[in-house]
Amino acid sequence: MLGRPAGVPGRVGGGLREVRGQVGGFYAAVVVRGFRRYATYRTATAAGVFTNSVFGLIVSYSYIALWDQRPHLGGYSQAQALTYVWVGQALLMTMALMGGGFEDELMERIRSGDIAVDLYRPADLQGWWLSADLGRSAFHLLGRGVLPMVCGALVFDLALPSDAVTWLLFLVAVALGAVVSFAVRFLVALSAFWLLDGAGVSQIAWLAGLFFSGMLLPLTVFPGVLGEVARALPWAAMLQVPADVLLGRHRGAGVLTALAFQACWGVVLLAAGRLLQSVAARRVVVQGG
Amino acid sequence: MAEDGTGAAGGDVIELDGVEKVFDVRRKAGVLRRTRHEVRAVDGISFTVPRGEVVGYIGPNGAGKSTTIKMLTGILNPSAGRIRICGIDPARERTRLARRVGVVFGQRTTLWWDLPLRDSYHLVRRMYRIEQERYRRNLEACVELLDLGPLLDVPVRQLSLGQRMRGDIAAALLHDPEVLYLDEPTIGLDVISKTKVRSFLREVNAERGTTVLLTTHDLTDIETLCRRVMVIDHGRLVYDGDLAGLHAVGESERTLVVDFARELPPVEVAGARCVKVEGPRQWLAFPAAASAAPLVAAVADRYPLVDLSVREPAIEDVIARMYGADADRTPTPGT
Repeated sequence: MLGRPAGVPGRVGGGLREVRGQVGGFYAAVVVRGFRRYATYRTATAAGVFTNSVFGLIVSYSYIALWDQRPHLGGYSQAQALTYVWVGQALLMTMALMGGGFEDELMERIRSGDIAVDLYRPADLQGWWLSADLGRSAFHLLGRGVLPMVCGALVFDLALPSDAVTWLLFLVAVALGAVVSFAVRFLVALSAFWLLDGAGVSQIAWLAGLFFSGMLLPLTVFPGVLGEVARALPWAAMLQVPADVLLGRHRGAGVLTALAFQACWGVVLLAAGRLLQSVAARRVVVQGG
Repeated sequence: MAEDGTGAAGGDVIELDGVEKVFDVRRKAGVLRRTRHEVRAVDGISFTVPRGEVVGYIGPNGAGKSTTIKMLTGILNPSAGRIRICGIDPARERTRLARRVGVVFGQRTTLWWDLPLRDSYHLVRRMYRIEQERYRRNLEACVELLDLGPLLDVPVRQLSLGQRMRGDIAAALLHDPEVLYLDEPTIGLDVISKTKVRSFLREVNAERGTTVLLTTHDLTDIETLCRRVMVIDHGRLVYDGDLAGLHAVGESERTLVVDFARELPPVEVAGARCVKVEGPRQWLAFPAAASAAPLVAAVADRYPLVDLSVREPAIEDVIARMYGADADRTPTPGT
């Protein structure tokens, strides 16, 4: 389908590179399916674009009121603050900041025992869901991100960069943010192995995400220790960092520091998820039948 | 086709030796107090299955069937004992084993809900690294035998239960597994779908020599597919042998249901006893091993017979009867 040769399956001595290529091919195929599965719901996407745009308008006018009173709040000009709002709308679904990612499904599979199906496959649980969720993220960036952003740019005067490099760095930051977002939600979802009903944990997680990602207000607005802590938590990697990269607030090596911050959280949280997964798999008392 | 002689020594594809699975269950014993209970889901099971055999693995709900299958796939670790599938320890090398076995859980699906069946198969191909040519051949065979042609482009969520099950069975076979575990593959299916699934499984076994372990509550599944039956109860193997032997051991009875022209007192015929009377209808129990023909002839000869049907013993009844006759639950030797 992707036009890649399949090669000889699983033969010992078939070359590590070949095996790696096949593994990559499999996870790439999962990404593509993750994308396509959300692409099948066109009406839902259209409704989502509408919601994001309306939401963006409301928040924009609140921000305008706020920045009129306190110009340069958090170091943003009004145009930058408005850009921040629309980046937030564009990334709301991409980062699944209010839920809507794979985690509900995974928790349901754990609760119902369908997780058994996932566990006996010759595929890695975390890798499988990461691929599927990155496919979803990519779809939501295109389907639910681009149009609201265009809508915002038409209505307001946004501080969007004109150079391709900044946009490219923004996309890298978004990709890293999506990985961090996945890693957090993977941990949340795995809690269902112990709690069976993970609804409480996921509610706390998305409340925390909504606040600490900077979705309500940019984290740069918060003073003192609260601000320091909020900017150091993994949720900052999901919205604050990509938005600041797009707004050009990181200069020179500062951009790399910001991306490294995201990458570090990504690696740490994925490793934690991997650890939790192996513990969970060992104690799995697959529910029912 | 699968006779490449890989793995298993001595032709035994499935080997279990003294396998146990003990769960620690906590129960409420007060507001905050919890007491710990040991539940022995599988309590010392040993058996082997040679290559190419189709075995029925039956028992009442909660007997330990699914737990056994989960241990055979490596999802669950046995608490004690030794398991080898194609010479592989499932718990240690689950992923390596997964490439050589196929699993169908009747009540769960491996298919991707929102996408067409075809897309799920593409993913299976990638996951199991199936060569393009082999994949094409296997998919074609499955599509033909399971009537999947018109369904390939339908999203899985729109499939009926029977269609989905056929789709799942095909998905489990695309990588030419040497062993196939089927956990209630006909549950909830209508008669036509059941027949299709059974004839397909028979064909797969005959053509490819696939070893099949099948759990079911449907006696017809066993009768049409399995020469050998294993019965498990309370985590122990209580019977291992052929189906006829099971009936003999369980002293199972078939039932002849007869409708007479009018209400009659309970009939008396040799070789059967009347167990129930309801208006003009009567239920006559006779040994499962005996032929129904002489009984029917005797009844028709002496009574105004209007209609009749023969009911097979439910597998649960057979098993329940076995326990009644075999209260100390020592394993019964096969015939």
